[in-house]
Amino acid sequence: MRLLIIEDDRDAAEYLAKAFREVGHVADLATDGEDGLGLAQAGQYDVLIVDRMLPKRDGLSVIAALRTEGNETPILILSALGQVDDRVKGLRAGGDDYLPKPYAFSELLARVEVLSRRRGGRTEETAYKVGDLELDRLSHRVSRNGEEIVLQPREFRLLEYLMKHAGQVVTRTMLLENVWDYHFDPQTNVIDVHISRLRGKIDKGFAQPLLHTVRGAGYIIRDGAR
Amino acid sequence: MTALGKLFRTTAFKLTLIYLVIFSVFAVFLLGYFAWNTRRLITEQIHQTVDAEITGLAEQYRLGGIRRLVLVIDARTRRPGFSLYLVTTPAGQGLAGNVGSLAHGVLDTDGWSETEYRRLDESEGSRHGALVRVFQLPGGFRLLVGRDLEERERLYDIVVAAGRWSIALIVVLGLAGGFFVTRRVLKRVDAMTETARTIMAGNFSGRLAIAGTGDELDRLAENLNAMLERIEALMRGLKEVSDNIAHDLKTPLTRLRNRCEQALRTSRDEAGYRAALEATIEESDALIRTFNALLMIARAESGQAREDMGNFDAAEITRDVAELYEPLADEKGLMLSVDASAAAPVHGNRELVSQALANLLDNAIKYVGSRPHVVNGAEADIVVKALNDNDHILLTVGDRGPGIPEADRGRATERFVRLERSRSEPGSGLGLSLAAAVARLHGGELRLEDNHPGLNAVIALPRAEPPRNDA
Repeated sequence: MRLLIIEDDRDAAEYLAKAFREVGHVADLATDGEDGLGLAQAGQYDVLIVDRMLPKRDGLSVIAALRTEGNETPILILSALGQVDDRVKGLRAGGDDYLPKPYAFSELLARVEVLSRRRGGRTEETAYKVGDLELDRLSHRVSRNGEEIVLQPREFRLLEYLMKHAGQVVTRTMLLENVWDYHFDPQTNVIDVHISRLRGKIDKGFAQPLLHTVRGAGYIIRDGAR
Repeated sequence: MTALGKLFRTTAFKLTLIYLVIFSVFAVFLLGYFAWNTRRLITEQIHQTVDAEITGLAEQYRLGGIRRLVLVIDARTRRPGFSLYLVTTPAGQGLAGNVGSLAHGVLDTDGWSETEYRRLDESEGSRHGALVRVFQLPGGFRLLVGRDLEERERLYDIVVAAGRWSIALIVVLGLAGGFFVTRRVLKRVDAMTETARTIMAGNFSGRLAIAGTGDELDRLAENLNAMLERIEALMRGLKEVSDNIAHDLKTPLTRLRNRCEQALRTSRDEAGYRAALEATIEESDALIRTFNALLMIARAESGQAREDMGNFDAAEITRDVAELYEPLADEKGLMLSVDASAAAPVHGNRELVSQALANLLDNAIKYVGSRPHVVNGAEADIVVKALNDNDHILLTVGDRGPGIPEADRGRATERFVRLERSRSEPGSGLGLSLAAAVARLHGGELRLEDNHPGLNAVIALPRAEPPRNDA
């Protein structure tokens, strides 16, 4: 994956680039809005990581410029402002995701990976399959090894989100945002309890667990064979 | 600025000057009118008496000729008074009367005129003013009857003098009064300014003096004192918060540092370092959460969040939040029940209200603890409700936990206050503060009530207007 990081704090940017390279991605750096826009226009990137406040040219204006040119590269906005309306403003300007500082690298990585994957198939599939677990989005049916599993509506959406991003790490915040549409931090880790419930329904009694916990990051659903 | 200059510059003194001018003009007008009218009245009276006398004298002349007239006039001139008489031949030679000399030409024309004269018995050179009428008698004789104007002039002078004195008095009294009032006001304002200055210098317990007269300055002082009270409370709150922040952030930061140090000192292998680092990250995440909660509260309190407000159904939010927490309660062996069937329209920030409710529910689950005793199976441990109460929407979270003692309830919503029992529980101590701030932002309030036993936390929000059809 090729990334462009537009961030004026050189230390933070270097750290990010190094961390991305360690997990096997290619990361370019720009430290102001003008350079960032130029690089983004010239190069082929899978995901852009844009800080909101940049010298020379504001992050949101860089995004807006790219979008008016028809550049559809997924963009993740980083911001020291973490309030809901700032997030809304960022997404409205053409960003695809928004992460307030300070963030955990695992959170950023998970989000960037989900964004890069999204680029390929814009059309959403109607059914997902991970190993012998199947989910039909139209009939709202879930089955494993041919046996039907009854899920509550929220459990269905949770599993749907996990399976849509099968093979990718999904963080708790991502789940809270996408499954519950909450953007605050529910002090206790309520998500873990929901996951363990879901796990009880889809993995219990099967030799091969599909829903895994990734320490310090989140959850992943994948075929154990890999 | 000199003291006098300061005095002249005051509003009270300027007002005094304006009133002084107005009253002086009024007094001058009044006295002028009085003087003019008196003069007119006297003149009129002179006209009348002179006319009457002339008619009488003309009658005497008609009856007894010039001889009789001269006799009558001689008799009249002997009476003391201000009357003037003169009878002359057609050639202008005086026959009788008390007038010594007259201004030239007065006798030549008939009718009224104001002139100067000398009395017959007076020495040469003295002059008096008089109002006279000349009357042509049949046979060419001329009759002059008049009145000395000294009386009139004297009265006029009296009025003018009275006017002068009264204006002088008005000015003096006005200035003195203005000076006195201004000085009194200025003294009190100066005292206020002085107090304000000491308050600005940092003594927030200072208060403005109240004279107790209930006047406008007292009212102003009372209001300013109330404002100072509020400012002091806010300052105290701010200080408390910063102290608490310092304490609550310093503690985990110290822990963080100690852990790192210890890891450096004692860890011999990678696993040891890894464990220490992981703990460090966890600790810093907790710190970030605390910061976020503080920012959230600040945002709710400053009213910034008003920008993204909309209409939503609080009952739906209640169901959603309860659903989010239900597995957590279940895991702790608690029964959570929801009663939110009726629509509860609220205008506000959906996200913040959700979070406030989530905090209450989080607290309830945290503090009820695992089921202490077996209760009647039908009764839930935690009940979440969305109720319509006239023009308010009540979002309530009732639990059967230990509750909060009456005395502590007020304090419980303050930032970072964690009542003794809860110190051991994880959490930032900001949950209730945020819920209270959110309720206030929406024009509502957070109430902590006794649930007999347990705590019933209520977020009361104003009910939104039912949506209009045209909207």
